[in-house]
Amino acid sequence: MNQEEAFETFKSCAVEVLQVTPEQVVKDARFADDLDADSLDLVELVMALEENFNITVDESELEGVETVGQAFDLVIGKVG
Amino acid sequence: MQIAWGKAANSNQPNRVAITGLGIIACCGIGSEDFWNGLLAKPPQGIRVVPNFDPLLWFNPKEARRVDRFSQFNVAAAQMAIEDSGGTDSLNSDPTKVGVIMGAGVGGLDTLEKQIIQMYEGGDRKVSPFLVPMMMANAGCANISMRFGFHGPSESIVTACASGTHAIGNAARLIASGRCDVVIAGASEAPMTQVGKAAFANMTALSTIGISRPFDKDRDGFMLGEGAGVLILEEMNRAQERGASIYAEVLGAASTADAYHITAPAPDGHGAANCMELALADAQLKPQEIAHINAHGTSTPLNDKAEADAINKVFGTPGPPVTSIKGITGHSAGSAGAIEAVAAVLTIRKKLIPPTAGLESQDPEIHIDVVKAAPRAWEPGPILSNSFGFGGHNGCIIIAPPK
Repeated sequence: MNQEEAFETFKSCAVEVLQVTPEQVVKDARFADDLDADSLDLVELVMALEENFNITVDESELEGVETVGQAFDLVIGKVG
Repeated sequence: MQIAWGKAANSNQPNRVAITGLGIIACCGIGSEDFWNGLLAKPPQGIRVVPNFDPLLWFNPKEARRVDRFSQFNVAAAQMAIEDSGGTDSLNSDPTKVGVIMGAGVGGLDTLEKQIIQMYEGGDRKVSPFLVPMMMANAGCANISMRFGFHGPSESIVTACASGTHAIGNAARLIASGRCDVVIAGASEAPMTQVGKAAFANMTALSTIGISRPFDKDRDGFMLGEGAGVLILEEMNRAQERGASIYAEVLGAASTADAYHITAPAPDGHGAANCMELALADAQLKPQEIAHINAHGTSTPLNDKAEADAINKVFGTPGPPVTSIKGITGHSAGSAGAIEAVAAVLTIRKKLIPPTAGLESQDPEIHIDVVKAAPRAWEPGPILSNSFGFGGHNGCIIIAPPK
């Protein structure tokens, strides 16, 4: 899976879980301010990402993750 | 500790409780007019599911995913009732004095069931972080307080099939005592999941032939239903001063326990009779002043006989005209009392008592005056609405035409 494909998968997870439009899921987008996502929304998003990318994300790894770009980097780092 | 606030404390008189708005979601209709027409029509065939309920009329797509069906019903019915009463602004002049009291027998059973399956299929990590806030029995009233910005008491009543009636009774007392100006009161239930249906069936509560026929000699159980009923209760002077439409008045309420058996009613209906007598005393009415009884009338052999005996004990034989709308609606568990309270208010508005659908041949052991086959004119006067829940919880409220 290349980066572009990976981001499309990430995007579809975000669209499904956060009920936002694909256009809103850009790397600069902030979860709280731009995507109206609270902490429980993020937990559900992470669960969807874990399933789609076949990875495991520990709660502690989410600290400081505020933007789509940061979350995507975390995922891609695990996919390798 | 205070027992009365403001005007109610100063005058030593309880405040009067007006009903100024209705919201209803039932299998036979969404909204008061459709619901009423449904009560006068033939019973639906088969299970009493609310057809064509579209949560997206009341929620955005993300909210709809985060709220169980029972809360969706509850919020939608509350919004209908609030709009019927004049809108949030007309009710919310002092948000700390606007309460939300909602009944639920179970809560988000559909969510719980689906998440248990998720867990067994995929492990603990598959359980939604929204399971708890979706399934909790107080999710209905919590979502209503949040959506409309009401800061008064927001509490849930859980007394099985008496929940709705108890919620309205307790809400009325918050107005009578002066604690609240307005209370959004009612109940909601959506129990028709696979495990819910199996559980009610296996406890032999459901009709095996699929017919709800309250007070009939061949009744053999209820049809499971779902839905929500919500009433806007408002301090009478406040309602009059703002020019609200006053549909009815809550005159009294009572709550007692059989203390007998976890599911069966006390055989002679003494717990139910005590509750009706207490409600009459609370309303300062004599039995002969009651113009109509909206019965619990589930269509189970034990309930209907015990309720009829209790009515005879309090009101004589046969007593005032009785109807059970469960022939149409089925038994929607925790929300039944709230749906029936809406039916009682509509009886006042339409001056008509809907017939007990499904009843063909009245049980010769049941000696009450059941309205059957066709609607009957309602002689203006107070209406008693009964609800009795598993656990032996008895609830009665008395609703009267506005004076």
